[in-house]
Amino acid sequence: MATLKLEIVTPEARVYSDEVDMVTLPGKEGEMGIYPNHIPLMTQVAAGEIIARKAGQESYLAVGDGFVEITGEKVAVMTDMAVEADNIDEAQAEEARKRAEARLAEKLNDEEAAMVQAALAQSIAQLDVKRRRKR
Amino acid sequence: MPSTRDIRRRIKSVKNTSQITKAMQMVAASKMRKAQDAALAGRPYAEQMNAVMAEVTANVGDFTHPLMEQRENKAGKRGLVVVSSDKGLCGALNTNLLREVAKYDAAATVHITAGRKASQYVARSKRELAAEFTYKDAPEFSEARQISKFAQDLFLEEKVDSVDILYTDFINTLTQQPTVKNFLPVGEITALDADMSGESEKKQGELEASATEFLFEPSAEGVLGALLPHYLNYQVYQVLLESKASEHSARMVAMKNATDNAKELIKDLTLQYNKLRQANITSELLEITTAQMALGN
Repeated sequence: MATLKLEIVTPEARVYSDEVDMVTLPGKEGEMGIYPNHIPLMTQVAAGEIIARKAGQESYLAVGDGFVEITGEKVAVMTDMAVEADNIDEAQAEEARKRAEARLAEKLNDEEAAMVQAALAQSIAQLDVKRRRKR
Repeated sequence: MPSTRDIRRRIKSVKNTSQITKAMQMVAASKMRKAQDAALAGRPYAEQMNAVMAEVTANVGDFTHPLMEQRENKAGKRGLVVVSSDKGLCGALNTNLLREVAKYDAAATVHITAGRKASQYVARSKRELAAEFTYKDAPEFSEARQISKFAQDLFLEEKVDSVDILYTDFINTLTQQPTVKNFLPVGEITALDADMSGESEKKQGELEASATEFLFEPSAEGVLGALLPHYLNYQVYQVLLESKASEHSARMVAMKNATDNAKELIKDLTLQYNKLRQANITSELLEITTAQMALGN
């Protein structure tokens, strides 16, 4: 069976690089499931959860805003943040969420507000991924 | 002929200097490691970004974005972003960089500077300065975004026809290369910058092979409109990281050379000092024995 090469890179590091069978992405306009031989597609991702399925095993990653480039054999995700579910520190993410919410209450210019919004979305994505795995 | 006291004094002062340069070397070495790691860690993302941009610009069809507009001599000026270090004592780093600035026509260039050395140079040589920015030891994305935003605004307001970035590319600890990069307008990105990846030739082949029609979701305008500014901001960010890595590497090497030279100098001076001291003792002994013999007889 054909496989997809999933690559997730952030400005800090290459977080994920592996051959997988299927990828689920949090697209700007809703969830997308990508199988091998997908039509070439370029789109944006929102903060959320990426699910990579490989030989029946699923791995989960929390990601921030970014871009995806999909070709028949490759899915390249460029994002501000990407953390594997196992590596998420729930307390820290919760802390970050509270901090971002507190900052939002302050007076911010557009640019700062956008940054804080992004940070908030990232921490919420981390928390969601973590909590969903627990159940 | 210097006296022993003069030499002793010189040895002391050289020793003090060497202690300072040694300390600076240590500091630069630890900062260098961090800066190099940051610059290298950013490269996969930058490569990916470049690859995506290359495919997108090749496949976007007849859609154009204001940031991609090619203009010939409309404003008659070009922008130049100069990224230098804040401090000196880093060998020929800034000299090499600023020599490249001097190659640009002073009358037709608008400068945007990051780093104090660059702004000082532009002010001193009476060139046109549009804005000066600072960036910290660990460059932040927001700092890069400010610079990039300013350059984009300058371009969009048609005050300049193009914008170049001049910075010091980090190759390895011993080599840093002043490099000019075309920033705006965003042209056709054919391949990765050779300096960004070690394997650009192979990648170029891949890029050509995968020249397939892309689908954009929600729309080409939407995706490209979001991707382009982000791509530019990220380029500036990577440039800042590379500059920092270069600066600390250059400083460490310069300070290491200074410390080595000081050590050499101390060795030579100590030898000279001991020789002089021995000569003095010998001549004193001679004087004493001569006096004694004169008295005894």
